[in-house]
Amino acid sequence: MIDKTKKMIKSLFLVEIVKGLSITGKKLFKKPITVQYPEEKTPQSSRFRGLHALRRYPNGEERCIGCKLCEAVCPALAISIDTEMRSDGTRRTKKYDIDLFKCVYCGFCEEACPVDAIVETKIFEFHFEDRNEKVINKNDLLKIGDLYEREELKDRKNLG
Amino acid sequence: MKEFKNFTMNFGPQHPAAHGVLRLVLQMDGEVIKDADPHIGLLHRGTEKLAESKPYNQSIGYMDRLDYVSMMCNEHAYVLAIEKLLQLEVPERAKYIRVMFDEITRILNHLLWLGAHALDIGAMSVFLYSFREREDLMDCYEAVSGTRMHATYYRPGGVVRDLPSKMPKYEKSDIRNNAELEKLNYNREGSLLDFLEDFVSRFPDCINEYENLLTDNRIWKQRTVGIGIVDPDRAIQLGFTGPMLRGSGVAWDLRKKQPYEVYDQLKFDIPIGRTGDSYDRYLVRIEELKQSNKIIHQCVDWLKNNNGPVMIDDGKVAPPNKDNMKDEMESLIHHFKLFTEGFCTPEGQVYSAVEAPKGEFGIYIISDGANKPYRLKIRAPGFPHLAALNEMARNHMLSDVVTIIGTQDIVFGEIDR
Repeated sequence: MIDKTKKMIKSLFLVEIVKGLSITGKKLFKKPITVQYPEEKTPQSSRFRGLHALRRYPNGEERCIGCKLCEAVCPALAISIDTEMRSDGTRRTKKYDIDLFKCVYCGFCEEACPVDAIVETKIFEFHFEDRNEKVINKNDLLKIGDLYEREELKDRKNLG
Repeated sequence: MKEFKNFTMNFGPQHPAAHGVLRLVLQMDGEVIKDADPHIGLLHRGTEKLAESKPYNQSIGYMDRLDYVSMMCNEHAYVLAIEKLLQLEVPERAKYIRVMFDEITRILNHLLWLGAHALDIGAMSVFLYSFREREDLMDCYEAVSGTRMHATYYRPGGVVRDLPSKMPKYEKSDIRNNAELEKLNYNREGSLLDFLEDFVSRFPDCINEYENLLTDNRIWKQRTVGIGIVDPDRAIQLGFTGPMLRGSGVAWDLRKKQPYEVYDQLKFDIPIGRTGDSYDRYLVRIEELKQSNKIIHQCVDWLKNNNGPVMIDDGKVAPPNKDNMKDEMESLIHHFKLFTEGFCTPEGQVYSAVEAPKGEFGIYIISDGANKPYRLKIRAPGFPHLAALNEMARNHMLSDVVTIIGTQDIVFGEIDR
């Protein structure tokens, strides 16, 4: 009997509606949690897997030795490599192409690389203006590597 | 007297309430559904065949993309199947990490479900609030694996890396002063586990907020109570699992019935519904959020006090430490062998299943002794649920179809595979 009257009063005075509205009402006066994207960014992990880059040794020599482990391990078959013998007798890549449309950003190439040459940087804002630009070649990759080497070193220290 | 015929109507595949690419062909009698025929296959990517074409490890990433709102649970089933084939014993710490991330995934999934379901039925704000909490958990995903969604974090033999000792922080910008920045970063000073501990303590209040908005709300009740009733016997016959089965009152949960990893050492309850309607399933999922929160709390406590390896020390299955690889010949051989050929499994067949947020997600592998599965079959929980849509929706109104699709928690990545 008491339960029934309680229920009736509750439903008559729209108790649950008022309860709900009070939550949204309170939020009205709170600061929004919105992050104003281009001006500020959300935190980014040092393990982030973004755009690829090829790194160099501190003396400027490119790290990649063309072992093709990344090509073999890539689940999406996004990497294609050709190698040749350079004039000094070392084995280097002639072609190192990554198809960014095929890539699934799994990070296996980075895990597989025995000389830490191919890495996935923290860059996530990139675009193409032409469909052909989706394939980035060795030059592009090395350029990205040069630009972001310092950040990459910092991230590698912070992995743990 | 004019004669009325049934009207055939297309619902989807681009309907915003159809949760992805569901095409429903509805036979309508006025506004009443007489027959609902789901057409599937629009998101078919051939994951099963794809997995048969590449070494075991390379398919882990594709498992994420099956049920793309409960990523790590899919990985878990796949990885467990391989471990069963190889008879690997996973380090204790890796087990706890996996259980913790399974439960984080469950919360992620249920929050998305809650928000989207409420949005479908007409409650806008729950969506915004549930995505606020999802953001924190996504950050945990990113902190351990490097991606917010498709983690590729579990591996046969453990997890790829230990938990990070630092959480990424908001960085200084022109539009925020230091005080505001400190406020944003207050829970990011410590490790991932500290961050999670803070989340776990905050989350029950958030659940209360959702419940205050929905549970007693009369509009919500009018839209969900008595809609899509499935009685327990029928639910079992239809092959329901997860909250769909528990909502009907059958206490079946793989975490309790066939405990995997460390679930038998953790304290949690499995909620069940009474009538088996959409409202009960909502209550079950809300309670599951609370239980998952409890499990995460236990895992965080354990992980804080116990260190250890997170990957088995077996060069035949797990890649060796990168520093060792650069000095030792044997490690180098293992490294090259693993990343080109992968590992071979013994001949045989295994089935392993996990309690994914949507139900029993299982992987069945037949191995012929090669480095890739001879056949891989995915048991997606959403598939039998969707198959029962006709039965659940019949004689309901058109707008109830939206409720029923919502309550089934359908994701097309796993149904179409």
